[in-house]
Amino acid sequence: MFYLDDIGRYFLMLKNTFSRMTKGSVLRSLIFKEINDLVIGSVGIIIFLAFFIGAVVAIQTALNLTNPLIPKKLIAFASRQSVILEFAPTFLSVIMAGKVGSFITSSIGTMRVTEQIDALEVMGINSLNYLVFPKIVAMLMYPFIIAIAMFIGIFGGYVAGVYGGFVSSSEFITGLQEEFIPYHLVYAFLKTFLFAFLLATIPSFHGYYMRGGALEVGKASTSAFVWTTVVIIISNYILTQLLLS
Amino acid sequence: MIEVKNLHKGFNGEEILKGITTSFKRGKTNLIIGTSGSGKTVFLKCLLGLFAPEKGSIIYDGKVYSELDEEEQRGLRESMGMVFQGSALFDSMTVEENIMFPLRMFTKQKKAEMLDRANTVIDRVQLINANKKLPSEISGGMQKRVAIARAIVTRPNYLFCDEPNSGLDPKTATVIDNLIQEITEEYDITTVINTHDMNSVMEIGEKIIFLRYGNLEWEGDKSQIFKTDNEAVTDFVYSSNLFKKVRNAQLKGL
Repeated sequence: MFYLDDIGRYFLMLKNTFSRMTKGSVLRSLIFKEINDLVIGSVGIIIFLAFFIGAVVAIQTALNLTNPLIPKKLIAFASRQSVILEFAPTFLSVIMAGKVGSFITSSIGTMRVTEQIDALEVMGINSLNYLVFPKIVAMLMYPFIIAIAMFIGIFGGYVAGVYGGFVSSSEFITGLQEEFIPYHLVYAFLKTFLFAFLLATIPSFHGYYMRGGALEVGKASTSAFVWTTVVIIISNYILTQLLLS
Repeated sequence: MIEVKNLHKGFNGEEILKGITTSFKRGKTNLIIGTSGSGKTVFLKCLLGLFAPEKGSIIYDGKVYSELDEEEQRGLRESMGMVFQGSALFDSMTVEENIMFPLRMFTKQKKAEMLDRANTVIDRVQLINANKKLPSEISGGMQKRVAIARAIVTRPNYLFCDEPNSGLDPKTATVIDNLIQEITEEYDITTVINTHDMNSVMEIGEKIIFLRYGNLEWEGDKSQIFKTDNEAVTDFVYSSNLFKKVRNAQLKGL
């Protein structure tokens, strides 16, 4: 019953987020600020993670290809498929649930504790629209950093595979181009858009409805990370079943 | 003027406000006093429209809040200013941006006009060299001044203050009390202050209501509160050692 209550409140929050819009000029500056905080601020860590994930996938694949009949270009194929289908959209979103999610929960939670949300409400401002809507719009840019992550991940695989002596450069490039299914990119970006929405809204929910003081802000950040991860993993399974099988 | 008629409010089956009827006059500083848990904050949040009463009505200059549609309620809220206990300043904005915030939200003024208006209220609350500072870079007393400036920048009809001098030293607290009273008279607004500070009561209590267990136990002004024979009020007023000594001295004719 407790979880059903929370699920209901989450959807009511979404409904209120899209009602009584904040003044356009104010909203525009808030959206740019959120893009900077949530998306641009995550580019560095995303590039770092994606490079090494791609590199590790290439090495793992190479080390498991012991049969000389299996062509080495399969290293590139495995790197491409793993990075595009799962590692960039899903694995990095789970990490972003920690980085972006806890930032959103703690910033909104602190505003709740220090009565800043009450101040907005007293002024007649729809605090949900003011606080959550710009984050949702900003996270529409999230697929762009996931696209960068896909490129960097495959590049990491190339560096590890070629400079590690596992595969030649031409074989790797051939493997990358072989049996490429463009629909896999559609699938990857569809789920990235959904994860972006979840990354903006679930932590906002935990921050907005928290009660208490500084300790509770910390607890809310933790539970926001856990629940965002759980929902991302479950929706990843459902989307994969629906779109790929 | 704000009129409150038979106001009831509860949470989870527990009744917090048990039928409060009173009124707050324009141009006067109205104080709500009472011990912790007496329902002061809930009452103030009902007046602000943050809590919907279960029974009874709140009437703002002839407009019954519960009978207004959503748009009218929002319009009424825009005519309210609030000073929160912890100031509730937006910590990512500078002092100037905090004060201009209601103007940015509700007016179509150009930036220069907003700055001009902000500087007028900054001068009024005597904030010196703080325009570009963040709230975390100024003292508690200055934060209260910023909160007051933000509350009055749109020239509200109603000003609500929740324990405006909590956490301040006695001298700064008196300055803030006097500032609120001056602004109330100057802007001719209805001011309601939630406090349990007896110094505020003595300084600015033009109308005082005393809440106890969610009931309106007593109402009067600062000259009457020290003469009342209501036991609960007397207990509250003379709970501080200083006031006890003053009272004992008065009784002994010293």
